[in-house]
Amino acid sequence: MKKNRSLLRSIGIFVVIIVAVVVYAFAFSVTDVDFEATRSEERLTQLTRIIRALAHPDIIEYDKEEVVIEVPFHIPCPEGGAPVYEIDQSGPYLIVDPPCAGPKDFVTINGYNFMPDTSGPLNFIPPSGAKLQIGNFATNEEGEFEILAELPNRQPVEEAQAIRATSRMNVGSPRLSPLAWSTLDKILETVFLALLATTFGTLLAIFISFLAARNLMEDVKSPLTSVSLSFLGWMVGIAIGIQVARWIGQTSENLAESNWILVAGILVSIVLMWFIFRWAVPPEELEVPKLGVRIARMVALAIVAALLLFTINFIAYIGFSVGAYLEKELGSFGFLGNFIYQLADILRMTTPALTAIAVGGVIGSFGGRIGQRVSDHWSPAAVKIVNIIVSGLAGAAVFALVGAGIDWLYQIGDLTRTFYIPAAVGAVIGIGLALWVTPKRALPIGSVLYTITRTILNATRSIEPLIYVIIFVVWVGIGPFAGALALGLHTTAALAKLYSEQVESILPGPLEAVTATGANRIQMIVYAVVPQIVTPYISFTMYRWDINVRMSTIIGFAGGGGIGFLLQQNIRLLDYRAASTQMIAIAIVVATMDYTSSAIRKRFV
Amino acid sequence: MLEVKNLQKIYPGDVLALDDVSFTVEPGEFLAVIGLSGSGKSTLLRCINRLIEPTAGQIIWNGMDITKASQDEMLRIRRKIGMVFQHFNLVSRSKVLTNVLAGRLGYVNPLMSIANRFPKKDIDMALAQLDRVGIANQAYKRADELSGGQQQRVGIARAMVQEPEMILADEPVASLDPVLAHSIMSYLEKINQEDGVMILCSLHFLDLVHRYADRAIALNEGKLMFDGPPDEIDDEKFQDIYGKEAERIG
Repeated sequence: MKKNRSLLRSIGIFVVIIVAVVVYAFAFSVTDVDFEATRSEERLTQLTRIIRALAHPDIIEYDKEEVVIEVPFHIPCPEGGAPVYEIDQSGPYLIVDPPCAGPKDFVTINGYNFMPDTSGPLNFIPPSGAKLQIGNFATNEEGEFEILAELPNRQPVEEAQAIRATSRMNVGSPRLSPLAWSTLDKILETVFLALLATTFGTLLAIFISFLAARNLMEDVKSPLTSVSLSFLGWMVGIAIGIQVARWIGQTSENLAESNWILVAGILVSIVLMWFIFRWAVPPEELEVPKLGVRIARMVALAIVAALLLFTINFIAYIGFSVGAYLEKELGSFGFLGNFIYQLADILRMTTPALTAIAVGGVIGSFGGRIGQRVSDHWSPAAVKIVNIIVSGLAGAAVFALVGAGIDWLYQIGDLTRTFYIPAAVGAVIGIGLALWVTPKRALPIGSVLYTITRTILNATRSIEPLIYVIIFVVWVGIGPFAGALALGLHTTAALAKLYSEQVESILPGPLEAVTATGANRIQMIVYAVVPQIVTPYISFTMYRWDINVRMSTIIGFAGGGGIGFLLQQNIRLLDYRAASTQMIAIAIVVATMDYTSSAIRKRFV
Repeated sequence: MLEVKNLQKIYPGDVLALDDVSFTVEPGEFLAVIGLSGSGKSTLLRCINRLIEPTAGQIIWNGMDITKASQDEMLRIRRKIGMVFQHFNLVSRSKVLTNVLAGRLGYVNPLMSIANRFPKKDIDMALAQLDRVGIANQAYKRADELSGGQQQRVGIARAMVQEPEMILADEPVASLDPVLAHSIMSYLEKINQEDGVMILCSLHFLDLVHRYADRAIALNEGKLMFDGPPDEIDDEKFQDIYGKEAERIG
């Protein structure tokens, strides 16, 4: 029995070894492993050349001073021997021995009185004036050299030709070469590209991470009435929000004629907002206020929101004027003007979206509350009827949205197929859901949101920024902006996942304690969750910036700007000395980033 | 007055944590809840402020059924119920004062509180409560710089700024040494006697029950085994509560 088992074991091991050998053999064949290539002399010379070029990065250059010395020389020797030339021995001079020779003969060239420790080419100058290199010289400490050079193979010529020594010397202090400057320029672009991508990615990821945290979402449960009404509220709210933002944007554009109107508008709005806000948001309340007061407050807050929108628009328009003015006037600091201009543009661009989300959120949560109230207080039969109506409507809305999306993608253009049928199907599903679900039962809507968010995050994260760049290059053109957007998108997805896992691992005790004081959900997040995640968030953000700097060095390969563009260009041009400079720049930046981020992390963690 | 009627809690997986528990607590009473670990003490306390949803039964407090309250109503009920925890449950990276002010979150305006703005009155109240438990000078330290006993005092101050009518204390001294345990219990006693706050406190040690509680209830595997003055826990009752093998010490 025991023997049998050990035999089986041996056979098992044997089979495993055989399988492993086959797997590796296949891997060798698939990856074209060919070590002969690594020894081939031709390839080795090429490799040496490239490595040597890489070892001579083009970073520093000097001003050069050239000294050119010539001595007449005859090929072949004229009859009666070469004429004796007067040689000025006060400066550098050359002596060739013998003073004349036939083609392809060897001559000894001696140089005297040159600058010590310099070098340069030795040329043979035929009557045509072409330079035929016959060697290189390097002087010793006394400024002398001796070289045995082979003469070129020339047709016999009667008159004297010449041997020329060109001594080159570095003068002045070293300075960065133009290539080093352009590399510096691009590496800065790279670092800032990574900075922007990280900043915007982080801001978005923070919000998304709460939606993707299981422990926060799991106990968000609502009855069907509340979910449906909340969804319908969101849709209506987003539609209203877009309209409102558009109207306010248009109105403020009309007012933007004069900067003084804008400034006055901002000041008046801020003062008004302050007072209305103070009235509508009392610091502390012991009793629930009356319905009338609550409605009045809501109206007041809506006015504050509208004023806020106006103010933001006004600020954006002032930003445009100020930015454009500064860009013209500040000269080399004009980029500050551009910064203000672009910030103003971000404001103007994002307000409609943010307004839509805000109004959607307000009306959505209002709908949710009404739904909760109906569900809490009405009889089950009544709730069921309400559910059938609102759930049917919500289902129809969801499927109509999906239909619209499909229509946009595939341009079907047939309302029956992209609107009526989906809406009808959605309504049927919604009604079915309402009939199936026990009225008043709390549905795990949080878990559903969690799953959806996670799925989207995972899909977004699985595509590399290098591929996103291709899309963004089509959208905003080749350049660092496309790279920043691509990296930003990937950063959002990756960080949101990391962040949310951090949220999932916080201590539940403080959450419980803050909930027990009667705090609402948002207060609970601000007071119990946020303090626990600040440190890991900072640490992950630094880590991600680090990754982004590295990614941004290659994002240029796909047209995303930064140093990658230069690097790729130089590799294609076989200019390895230039490529070497850029690789060194990347190495320095990545190493510095690594050091800085770990230093910062140490301080915060 | 707090009336618990036929309270039942079944956890997922058919774990019966509370089995038909009924009792009442008079205003101003100090009630000890005793029983072995896992007997349902924590579940019972958390059902009262609905950190855990009871499966069945009623909890009637000042004439209102807590188990029927909507989410909004629950927030307003909770702010009148302070809670003290075995592991203090402070936010360790926040300041002591911030931890105490968290007790006001149910009262202050949500918008302002998100920006970490509290009315001056609340800050004064928080400092006064810290002073009452003798750690006013630690108010601006980080919570995790404090010792265990000090942290539990912060926990009590947090419950007190809620101006509670009831405090649920879930094993408040189980992770403290005996000397500190008495100091924490005497703060609870003071709150109970001076402010007339009803206290429901789960405890492990019988000597603490005898020393501080007006009345005790005992749970064993989710069932109410005893309800009466602590003096009445004789050897027979003791074995009902803690099992046949248990031996009385102290």
